[in-house]
Amino acid sequence: MSATSIDHSPSHAAGEHGHHDNYLVAKKGISSWIWTVDHKRLGIMYLAAVILFFIVGGLAAVAVRTELMNPTKDFMDANAYNRMFTLHGAVMVFLVIIPSIPASLGNFVLPLMLGAKDVAFPKLNLASFWIYVLGAAFFIATLVMGGVDTGWTFYTPYSIKTGSSATTALLGAFILGFSSIFTGINFLVTIHKMRAPGLTWDRLPLFVWAIYATALMQVLATPVLAITLGLLVLERTVHIGIFDPVYGGDPVLFQHFFWFYSHPAVYIMIVPGFGMISELITVHSRKGIFGYKPIAVSSVAIAFIGFLVWGHHLFVSSQSALAGAIFSFLTFAVAVPTAIKVFSWIATLYRGSIEYNTPMVYALAFLFCFSIGGLTGLFLGTLSVDVHLTDTYFVIAHFHYVMMGGTVIAFIGGVHHWWHKFTGKNYNEKIGVIAAIIVFIGFNVTFFTQFIFGSQGMPRRYWSYLEQYHTGHMISTYGSYILAVGLFLALFNLLASLRNKGVAPERWRGVSLEWETATPPIEHNFESIPIVTAGPYDFPEVRAARTGNGH
Amino acid sequence: MSSATNAHDDAHGQAHHKFHQHHFLTMAQQASSAKFGVWLFLGQEVLFFSGLFMAYFVFRALYPETWLHAAEQLSKTMGGINTVVLLYSSLTMALAVRSAQLSDKKGLVNNLIQTIVCAFIFLAVKYVEYSAKFEHGLLPGAAYHGHEFIPGRPELFFTVYFTMTGLHGIHVIAGIGVLFWILKRAIRGDFDSTYYIPVENVGLYWHLVDLVWIFLFPLLYLVR
Repeated sequence: MSATSIDHSPSHAAGEHGHHDNYLVAKKGISSWIWTVDHKRLGIMYLAAVILFFIVGGLAAVAVRTELMNPTKDFMDANAYNRMFTLHGAVMVFLVIIPSIPASLGNFVLPLMLGAKDVAFPKLNLASFWIYVLGAAFFIATLVMGGVDTGWTFYTPYSIKTGSSATTALLGAFILGFSSIFTGINFLVTIHKMRAPGLTWDRLPLFVWAIYATALMQVLATPVLAITLGLLVLERTVHIGIFDPVYGGDPVLFQHFFWFYSHPAVYIMIVPGFGMISELITVHSRKGIFGYKPIAVSSVAIAFIGFLVWGHHLFVSSQSALAGAIFSFLTFAVAVPTAIKVFSWIATLYRGSIEYNTPMVYALAFLFCFSIGGLTGLFLGTLSVDVHLTDTYFVIAHFHYVMMGGTVIAFIGGVHHWWHKFTGKNYNEKIGVIAAIIVFIGFNVTFFTQFIFGSQGMPRRYWSYLEQYHTGHMISTYGSYILAVGLFLALFNLLASLRNKGVAPERWRGVSLEWETATPPIEHNFESIPIVTAGPYDFPEVRAARTGNGH
Repeated sequence: MSSATNAHDDAHGQAHHKFHQHHFLTMAQQASSAKFGVWLFLGQEVLFFSGLFMAYFVFRALYPETWLHAAEQLSKTMGGINTVVLLYSSLTMALAVRSAQLSDKKGLVNNLIQTIVCAFIFLAVKYVEYSAKFEHGLLPGAAYHGHEFIPGRPELFFTVYFTMTGLHGIHVIAGIGVLFWILKRAIRGDFDSTYYIPVENVGLYWHLVDLVWIFLFPLLYLVR
């Protein structure tokens, strides 16, 4: 019994025009990819771009870690080091994590999950992708011109004065913002208007809810970043004075503007990961989700509260004590919807038929890492503790536990989860699990160490450091090598599967709509319009349990 | 829009509107999607401007004397004329939508042309104003070299003035672009009572451009 029934009425069947080839082969030639408006092909193109830039950003990270192996110079001078960590941060934030789950996996899966033929505005979707490529080109130009040394946050007044190519990088981020906004608009309209008959809001897969909350933030926060970066470009080129104290401007105003976007952006990065985990945990433990509505609503609640906490990045930036206290309190409020999710996932696993396959191992790694990342966020949200920990490696470790241990691990889990849907191939399960375990070990060795020497006072972004932190840095650097090995192993495992012939059998037996269509999906997604009659996690096992042991 | 759509018309066994895109089930779904998309776009536009409004209030609070005196350098007459021009253009835009709904092609074209003319008048007046500011050195930040004494930080007032009106001006120019596109389609006869959503959506955008100016005018010109 499937959760959905397909309507084979003649009028709908007649509506198909014989496009029964799968989307990979339905049209041929390079230009059929370059100008495609098919959300599935665009999703695959995003996926390729994201993986490419993940390798670029990852190699930069390995370079940074290698330089930090010893307290003094290893192979980069301080200037090169500053440019290298900025490259790592900017590429990872703007080119990898923000588009990772929504633009690549979301683009592919969202219309399928909704039972739609495409997103609401396919041409806009294509435009988003090429705007992303243009923004990436600006980043590459920055790199060719010698890089930028401000850190990905572009703090004034240094970013006004630096001789490195900050302007090109700022324009790149400005352009990438529009890609993000257009994707957000597209997804919001698609979710509101394109749901299949019977697919009510409380039957949406939780991945869709997460993408919805994310898109809302993308549309409402990104324009503020755009105007801020635009002003900073004008500041650097014609010295308009708005952030420059020389002309009466206010450098801290930049921090307010920047974090008004960039704090919601943190949730733009993590909330899709939450959605991904909800899918992985349910499908691979054959259980209905525990607390569907709280999980769905908490995504939107995080999106809302996320707009009210930017001031916790300014605890030591001459913000008033009262503002600090209020922002501290609001920051704690984020922990509530987040904890609701974590507890619900654990409750879902309880007495589930857990299969320790690759996606599930990543999901469990996520639960472990994200819990640490979330809880250490409370340390940093506490005013008095933050004064001690601010700008130390404790902060670095905290946001890597959330961004890398959270989002990136969820993303990799998601790629494994839907790899068969994308390509029709099955990767080697044993190697997949081994790679996931190596990633998990490498990640924790790298970043848990940083909590320790961060709390002992090691400042972030420093090129050299006191001898007392030497051991910690060495362990962390070795950890990053383990992590890199694990990630490359996972990538090679996936790519190796592409050499298999034919379409492999489907392994997961999910019941949300993306599993109802062919693998790989046909060009127009569904042979006829699906009609939804049950929830996204009503697995046969769940139904059987509900009706009393299958009788 | 896409020629492929036309080819499929008869396959569905029912008359298809020629602008019906195949991934939408019905014209109504297509229209409401387009409209919702434009509302979201306008929402992000409001936040795009919000940073500049915030900067306005921050610096006005920091340098209240500057704002009192610097705003006197702006021409209330020209600002006033532009306000009337934009308000009138919003009226003709609304009438254009109405004409499209009534399948009145002549009225639609006529009203769109009036709207476009108003947009050009607005830009011409703005050009005269900007020239005067350049002449007197009333410019943003480092470029400021005004001779009259203005207390505090006049260069910041003109930073705010030029960035806000400049961004608004860019939106007016973009508006002219989409209005010409709609005009071309209107002359071709694309719009009637069964299909007018692009006219309506461009109208929504144009009203926002107008609305932003309705806030800019008192905030910048009518401080005293």
